Amino acid sequence: MISLEAQNLGKWFGKRKVFEGIDLSLHEKISLVITGRNGSGKTTLIKILCGLIRPSRGEITIKLDGKTLTPEESRNHIGLVMPELELYGELTALENLNYLGRMRGLITNRENLEEKITWVGLAGREDDLVSSFSSGMKQRLKYAFARLHEPEILLLDEPSANLDEEGMSVVEKIVTEQKERGILILATNQKEDIKYGDKIIQLGN
Amino acid sequence: MLWKISLLIWMAMVIIAVFLLPPPQAQLGDVSRVFFFHVPMAWVAVLAFLLSLIYSLLYLRKKDLDYDAKARTASRLGLLFTILATISGSIFAKTSWGSFWNWDPRETSIFILLLIYGAYFALRSAVEMPDRKASLSAVYAILAFFTVPFLVFVIPRVYQSLHPNDSVINTRLQIQMSSSILIAFLASLVGFTWLFVWIFRLETKINRLLDELEE
Amino acid sequence: MATKSSSWATKASWLLFKDLKSEFRTRYALNAIFMFGLTTLTVVSFSVGGISSNTHITSSLFWLVIFFSSMSGLAQVFVKEEESRTVNVLKLSASPGTVLAGKLLFNLVLLLILEVVIVPLFIIWMNLSILNIWLFLSVLLLGSLGMACATTITAAIISKSHVKGALFAVLSFPILLPLLIVGIDGTRKSLEGQDFSAGFADLRLLISYVVVMLVASILLFDFVWNE
Repeated sequence: MISLEAQNLGKWFGKRKVFEGIDLSLHEKISLVITGRNGSGKTTLIKILCGLIRPSRGEITIKLDGKTLTPEESRNHIGLVMPELELYGELTALENLNYLGRMRGLITNRENLEEKITWVGLAGREDDLVSSFSSGMKQRLKYAFARLHEPEILLLDEPSANLDEEGMSVVEKIVTEQKERGILILATNQKEDIKYGDKIIQLGN
Repeated sequence: MLWKISLLIWMAMVIIAVFLLPPPQAQLGDVSRVFFFHVPMAWVAVLAFLLSLIYSLLYLRKKDLDYDAKARTASRLGLLFTILATISGSIFAKTSWGSFWNWDPRETSIFILLLIYGAYFALRSAVEMPDRKASLSAVYAILAFFTVPFLVFVIPRVYQSLHPNDSVINTRLQIQMSSSILIAFLASLVGFTWLFVWIFRLETKINRLLDELEE
Repeated sequence: MATKSSSWATKASWLLFKDLKSEFRTRYALNAIFMFGLTTLTVVSFSVGGISSNTHITSSLFWLVIFFSSMSGLAQVFVKEEESRTVNVLKLSASPGTVLAGKLLFNLVLLLILEVVIVPLFIIWMNLSILNIWLFLSVLLLGSLGMACATTITAAIISKSHVKGALFAVLSFPILLPLLIVGIDGTRKSLEGQDFSAGFADLRLLISYVVVMLVASILLFDFVWNE
């Protein structure tokens, strides 16, 4: 049982305010959609929720089965996909997942990695360098990376970016899976994606 | 107001005393009077370094940008006094034993302090975001501080192998200080420290006002 | 995925393997380091080579070559991650401790690879006779370790700045100065054939430098890595 609570989150870059006073309370099988114009702070909020940036004000509490997780422990229960994320172009898809998985402490082998890669529709491309991938393929590999450790909390920033129809079906799969598994948080401008959310927050008022 | 005027009077008295009293080092004559200025300036330079270290540590703990501003102010003043100490020391060196620079332990240490300050400000000007600028420069200040003890141990040993004229340094250190000279020296020390504190507080106030102006 | 295991050492090793594989495919850092090292070495031995029997000069030049090569290539560990925007992937997968350890090991390996080539060349081109080979190697090894420690945290710092290249040398130099001074002294003694006990003081200083830099890096890295 996973839960994420945020109280009074605020972020300033120097003097410039991005947002303040954000409260969240999310439990299992709930999805949240964050909307707002470009520049309203959606990506910043996503980064704060997954631990990449510290908030200027406020606190985030993540609990697993009632026990509060430290930031160190949370890392293995959070997955992220966003445009600013890049995988290593000079490595193959398989190598990317293998090394990153191992750094996390996972035990990986060729089979289960291939399975993750096939799941996102990149079967047959495991041993190709990521630099040879199209942007749609790279996006799909990012999904494979995010799913690697089967995180209870998944954050997606602009999930439909760069995706064709086949890619969109991957997003559908992931959303369905994650809503079963735990918490899903989506940041988007696209009207079609808003339907995925049980709760909606709008930034930039 | 009173603070400023008292400081002015104090420093004026110190300067007069420096020139009226007999020179601290009889053999070297008038030139040794620079000792009254050089040593306090070097002392303030070190004090400023310690202060910027403390504020850097405080910033990393509390993440209050106010501490970062203070660390920066302390470093700016530290840089100024380091330059002054280096120049005055160099003048003293030239007139008392013939060359502007000798790479003896003290000169080397002050030079390295100069390098550290230079690096500190180069780093600050290369980062734009205030939070990042503050964290990175605080980390560097602390890192630099960790290396200082090594310099204290390392340099004298190397110096011994390169330069045999220990006697020159000793004569400089063991300047016979009669009580009046001692008093003048201590007064200068106090005066320069006071000067540093005054400028520091002034700059801190200015920074605070500038911040309020921006809002 | 399957059960989680692994000590920090294992995780750090995997980061090292990843970096090594990347490096052998792209060779960015290796090229920079070797180019600088060989150029500096060539110039030095060209002008001083045959004539030198002054151990003070030779040992200084030796460390100069190593220092300049390091400045050209050891910042890559972090700068490349920032520039290709792969930092986030790393941040999400590895703890700060893992990152520091892995990157430090990588810089050390890079330095050792450089030295395996440069040192023999230096000896040959400069007509060196190393009278105390064990002292020479100990100083070199400890010095390299110290250099890797100091440059890794500094590389992390400058990777977050705008200027990067020149800044790395500016920041590293004051920090590395004690190491260079002691390294030069120790190397000189080994060239002159002084025995181990004479070099003891230098070795002790080198070890303490490594320990201090390591502790400082471990304490400070979090503040650089986490925003």
